[in-house]
Amino acid sequence: MSDVSMNDGPMSDVPMSERKLVGRAVRRREDPRLLAGRGRFVDDIALPGMLHAQFVRSTVAHAELASVDVSAVLEVPGVVAAFTAEDLELGDIVAQLGRPLSEFVPTAMPVLARDKVRYVGEPIAIVVARDAYAAEDGLEAAKISYVTLPPVMSEEAAFAADAPLVHAEAAHNTLVDVSLFATDGIDGIFTSAPCVVEVDTRTGRQNALPLETRGAVAHWDDREEQLVLHTCTQIPHQVRTVASRCLRLDERAVRVVVPDMGGGFGQKCVVGREEIAAAAAALRLRRPVKWIEDRKDALTASFLAREQHYRARAAFDADGRILALDTDVVCDMGAYSCYPFTAGIEPLMASAEMPGVYKVPAYRVRGRAVTTNKAPTGPYRGVSRPQYVMVMERLLERAARELALDPVEIRRRNVITDFPYTGVNNITYDPGSYLESLNLCELLVREEGWYEKQTAAAAEGRHLGIGYACFSERTGYGSAAFAQRKMKVVPGFDISEVRMDTSGTVSFTTGTMNHGQSHETTMAQIVADELALDIAKVRLHQGDTDRITYGFGTFASRSITIGGSAVRLAAAKLGDKLRAIAAARWDITPDDVELTSGAARRRNASDVLTYEQIADIAYLQAHLLPKDIEPGLSVTATFDVFNDGTFSNATHGCVVELHADTGQVEILRYVCVEDCGVAINPQVVEGQCRGGIAQGIAGALFEQVTYDAQGEPSATGFMDYKVPTAHEIPDVLIHHLETPCAFTETGAKGAGEGGTIGAPAAVLNAVNDALRPTGVELDHTPITPETVHRALNGAPSLELSS
Amino acid sequence: MNTDPVVTHPPLQLIALDVNGEQHEVITEPRRTLVDVLRHDLRLTGTHVGCEHGICGACTVLVDERPVRACLMFAAQAEGARIRTVESLSDGDGGLNDLQRAFTEHHALQCGFCTPGFLILADGFLAERPDASKEEIREVVASNLCRCTGYQTIVEAIDACATARRGACATPCDMSAGKEH
Repeated sequence: MSDVSMNDGPMSDVPMSERKLVGRAVRRREDPRLLAGRGRFVDDIALPGMLHAQFVRSTVAHAELASVDVSAVLEVPGVVAAFTAEDLELGDIVAQLGRPLSEFVPTAMPVLARDKVRYVGEPIAIVVARDAYAAEDGLEAAKISYVTLPPVMSEEAAFAADAPLVHAEAAHNTLVDVSLFATDGIDGIFTSAPCVVEVDTRTGRQNALPLETRGAVAHWDDREEQLVLHTCTQIPHQVRTVASRCLRLDERAVRVVVPDMGGGFGQKCVVGREEIAAAAAALRLRRPVKWIEDRKDALTASFLAREQHYRARAAFDADGRILALDTDVVCDMGAYSCYPFTAGIEPLMASAEMPGVYKVPAYRVRGRAVTTNKAPTGPYRGVSRPQYVMVMERLLERAARELALDPVEIRRRNVITDFPYTGVNNITYDPGSYLESLNLCELLVREEGWYEKQTAAAAEGRHLGIGYACFSERTGYGSAAFAQRKMKVVPGFDISEVRMDTSGTVSFTTGTMNHGQSHETTMAQIVADELALDIAKVRLHQGDTDRITYGFGTFASRSITIGGSAVRLAAAKLGDKLRAIAAARWDITPDDVELTSGAARRRNASDVLTYEQIADIAYLQAHLLPKDIEPGLSVTATFDVFNDGTFSNATHGCVVELHADTGQVEILRYVCVEDCGVAINPQVVEGQCRGGIAQGIAGALFEQVTYDAQGEPSATGFMDYKVPTAHEIPDVLIHHLETPCAFTETGAKGAGEGGTIGAPAAVLNAVNDALRPTGVELDHTPITPETVHRALNGAPSLELSS
Repeated sequence: MNTDPVVTHPPLQLIALDVNGEQHEVITEPRRTLVDVLRHDLRLTGTHVGCEHGICGACTVLVDERPVRACLMFAAQAEGARIRTVESLSDGDGGLNDLQRAFTEHHALQCGFCTPGFLILADGFLAERPDASKEEIREVVASNLCRCTGYQTIVEAIDACATARRGACATPCDMSAGKEH
């Protein structure tokens, strides 16, 4: 079990306000309302006079729009309005990188399709009706004429010499093409190396699949002269920026408010077209308009991820040490570039970070994004790391076989052990526990007797396999890291405001955006500790662009590392002011004042001023303040990271049994040894690990978005898109290691994505270990029952042709 | 302008619903689902909609104490039945019941969107099978989808609640053991 207590532990005599809360499994502040059915999600919002919107969507993958006729839609009972691109005249959504055209081709995503459609499900017109049923009725009356074009449905088709172009400006259907690093002499290393292994790996297109689909409620507030857009987004301020540009409003005239959010996982980390269209309809009609995406649209027409193709080779010396890595990665980004990350999100992440936890002395990579006639791609938990980690782990496994080395031993010989370590990819890694996590994970699997069970099973003709994945999760990407990626929108810093009221209680803000990660609890733990205040008197506010100065939202495990650091700095600043006011009252220096149990105390004396008394002076008796102290108790602080960020790390161990009759992969055991630095709340960290691993397993074994040759998506519901249940997802044994981060304010490193990053590699390696007697090695995900069945039953694999 | 969510086409009908022990009359289209009437007409928004085709279970409610997908049932079909939603679990003061407390203790929810469905599913199941083993509980938990937790803590929370209820009641446990209603 974990090293860190999962419980609040025995009650001590120390008052609650003096016990440090960081590091404890404090009960979640979010839970009571969510458990009582009193959460407020976007579809729970009802405004007087509210109308309901749905979208007429393209039924073909690639076509010129000959005509869009919505006149019959208006005849449908209950329909109030229907608008096309021509009616609304909105600005396009354009995501930019500061790279030359040879590396990045910017493309525009219109809010509603104009002239051309590029995927099945692309929104063409918005239908607004008195209820959602009538809006659906209205969709069927729209008449769209298409001049169909041949759809581009694969990387190979996109690169073909005579390929039709998805975007006229993007030759070879290529949006991103970067070649990086290319260490001098790398070709010579491959020529002379005693061992060179190659893999050709494809990973399936996936849907991040928050259980709450996307949605928005928009209305114009005459009193504030503001569009108020309630929407479930991970990036409220970026939605505000794009909404104001598309709608041609001043940015102050748009207020984005995020209610409770039913997951996001990256899919809600980009600006959607539908929320802008719903806002435009609300402005036109001067009535509130609600849009709630249905599951079919969520599966086919939202933002997808993960469809990548790696051709990678690695050179090793005779002892199994990596000499060089050479990779070509192509990411199928679908029809459009997402805002703010662009179509570069996957290839740039993979290219920059692929060496991962291993010492790679020479590296060359080409990363490309192709555009195809599929729904567009956005970030999804882990972004490229689940894929490149799987490829790196495959290369090591293959080399271990060639060199007759133990798969764990070859990793031991290659993981980075001396920190800080500056890699061939120009990234400096802060200290982590790569080798320790690897050794401990293997030990835990060994101690449970899985190697003996594997031998015994083999004797019975059963197929057990054991696999590992050793990896890091770079978090705390500050302005420097994103500037290096040449983003036009450089996310990085975060701002927190901490305010005390006259009752001595604290409200504070973050620019990050919780959607399940427990910020209301973990960030309150940080503030309560810093101010020695009862956590019940500390309340977080987030997700309102009028209330929060600015923020970049929640992604890349940045919330605790960056947001949590800003929160701690702001709380400390407020603490300084509280001490300064008390010191002035006592005519001593602030150094002689300490904050404990919700009060300022004079050291070595009995003088006490409670926070309520200090707040009384700061607001209601301001004449008592010395001249150099301003009235009020509100402070802000910012935090940014000016190095390469911090690296959480983990090793996953997975034991599978393959069933020869059905081809199914059953996970018998899953062990995770993780190190995310200081865990603010270990129970929350474990929740992130378990949930992340479940999503990684989903990608390894179950989920894939596929299309037919005409570009029609094959999964329109959960009967076809196989989301794993409690049947398929195993219990996970978690063990924590702790290598605190030296430059975040709390020592935390971030824990949001690690589970998802490691699981596909661990599962694939375990499956290949189980297949070892057959000589078959699988390189692609998802691993389907058909593939496993063929491998176990000696039939030729279809894998490479899929 | 008429802003009522009910339009005058297709024909409307008046239905009577018994929800959480309260009687409601709703004028609605025959095609309106139970979950839409609960959420948007009666404003009981604790029950959620995740797929609208009966797979994810976020909309699970109890109809005559048995778990039902409220997205697959027309509101009109629920006339004459007793409907219970997540809002019925907390006591009158808004305090959480033992099942809800077990969920928070075990961190069985993250975003909380699927949670009402799992709570109601477990509430109905444990009433029927108070002696359920952990494996039987896992089997039932596999009825619904959660994207955040990986399910382990949901199974553990329901199992802990069932175990505590068995410990608290006189042996042998009867069918109504631990029920709050």
